[in-house]
Amino acid sequence: MVEVQSISKSYGLKAVVDDVSVNIQKGKITSFIGPNGAGKSTLLSIISRLMSADTGEVLIDGQKVNETKNRDLAKKIAILKQSNHLSLRLSVRDLVSFGRFPYSQGKLTKEDHVYIDEAIRYMELEDMQDRYLDQLSGGQKQRAFIAMTIAQDTEYILLDEPLNNLDMKHSVQIMKVLRRLADDLGKTILIVIHDINFASVYSDYIVALKDGKIEAQGTVNEIITSLTLKQVYGMDMSIQEINNQKICVYFS
Amino acid sequence: MREKSKFILLIVLAAASIAGYMFIELGPNWDYALPRRAEKIAAIVLTGTVIAIATLLFQTVTNNRILTPSIIGLDSLYMLVQTTLVFFLGSTSLTVMNKQVNFAISIGFMVVFALILYRFLFRREGQNIYFLLLLGLIFGTFFGSFTSFMQVLIDPNEFQIIQDRMFASFNNIQTEVLVMAAVITAAVLLYLTKFVKYLDVLSLGKETAINLGVDYDYTVKRLLVIVAILISVATALVGPITFLGLLVVNVAYEMFKTYKHSVLIFASVLVSIVALTAGQVLVEHVFTFSTQLSVIINFVGGIYFIYLLLRESKT
Repeated sequence: MVEVQSISKSYGLKAVVDDVSVNIQKGKITSFIGPNGAGKSTLLSIISRLMSADTGEVLIDGQKVNETKNRDLAKKIAILKQSNHLSLRLSVRDLVSFGRFPYSQGKLTKEDHVYIDEAIRYMELEDMQDRYLDQLSGGQKQRAFIAMTIAQDTEYILLDEPLNNLDMKHSVQIMKVLRRLADDLGKTILIVIHDINFASVYSDYIVALKDGKIEAQGTVNEIITSLTLKQVYGMDMSIQEINNQKICVYFS
Repeated sequence: MREKSKFILLIVLAAASIAGYMFIELGPNWDYALPRRAEKIAAIVLTGTVIAIATLLFQTVTNNRILTPSIIGLDSLYMLVQTTLVFFLGSTSLTVMNKQVNFAISIGFMVVFALILYRFLFRREGQNIYFLLLLGLIFGTFFGSFTSFMQVLIDPNEFQIIQDRMFASFNNIQTEVLVMAAVITAAVLLYLTKFVKYLDVLSLGKETAINLGVDYDYTVKRLLVIVAILISVATALVGPITFLGLLVVNVAYEMFKTYKHSVLIFASVLVSIVALTAGQVLVEHVFTFSTQLSVIINFVGGIYFIYLLLRESKT
């Protein structure tokens, strides 16, 4: 379980994350939603130790993140940020292989290659595993980076806007992969996501942030209501039930 | 396999240019000339190695392939130290003073300056590495202006002596200094082996490196200290020559088209040795000492730099 205990972070006088406490359930997909500037990405960065909080603690399986060795954390938690532009000449397979670094420290073993093959297959990248990253489209690159995260084989996977640059087909593909990772392999997945319908259809829990504070949290059914979403986004949405899934219609 | 043949090509080129340097126009007094030439070649190989590795590390840490470590102002600090010595002690201090003392003073100042700069940078968490570059740039300009100021005030004859120091040169190196430089370099490179495995990961950027379990601040701090010491050694040994690094590291990247630092380190060192030795042969036998090696390097390096900028702006 990830326990976030009264985390605050400010830039200058502006509090980006303001006394946030939340518990993330194991083996589930939890989505962080909210308007731009709500502090979603910052919170994710703090949980994954990319940033340090001004006050508060993050505990992963009862261990404080800032007191755990970095190499041990890398076997437990993986984070993928939204912008990944590399000028390196790297093939897809090379990139995915980097996911094994916490285990092999650069010298790949047979076991590492099994994980790498698996991750490439999971993201359906077999055909392009020898192509260079600079020859790929934005979506293909994104999938390669997610494959690296999968190869890292961590219990917790944190993704900051994984659907950026992706068309519907690949967005659905990635969300399905995440679903499988949670359901079949028991991984705990945290995502920051903008498309509220993807959050509604594919996640178990939703945490809604606004102005650095938690506005609402709970199961999908509890959060995806006209009232709650109006509080979070400040706009009217009608919620339609289609095939037993709640779809928000926000085109007014 | 193709990688291997490229390495063989580079080794052959390096060996050929070293042999060329040693034996062209050797003359009858070879028992006098050979040891002197060997000494110079040793200095060239040492400098080439140091500059290539320092630049490669620096570019990896900053994730930028058109930077050279000279941007943190060590070259200008070296000139400032030399000018200050002449300003206060007179030009005889450079010629009379023990070269080892001068070498030690120069290295001392440069390393201490770099450490203070880093300390300033890393005191606050979350500082951008570009902040370091900006600070270094400002200090470099400051040192440069201060140097010019003192150079204007001193006697023109003394200025002549300093001018010699403004360009890198292999023509006047003492054995004792060379041994000192080699010992320091060997120690630093030995320390570097601890961090080599992190270099590939660091080139993926800060966030990915942290995600993959690298202690980012710890590692980057140590790598930057290594860069500072290596650059100081090279500069104190032959003068400002960091521009060479930009040239050779990029040639190594172009030749080997890889991200693996285990390959790139050796490749850029070899390219560096070839460039310096061949350049020195040109200086001695084609230009017959009418120009300095660093002038040629800056000329070729400058053209290559412009080419890099033009190409980067297209993509």
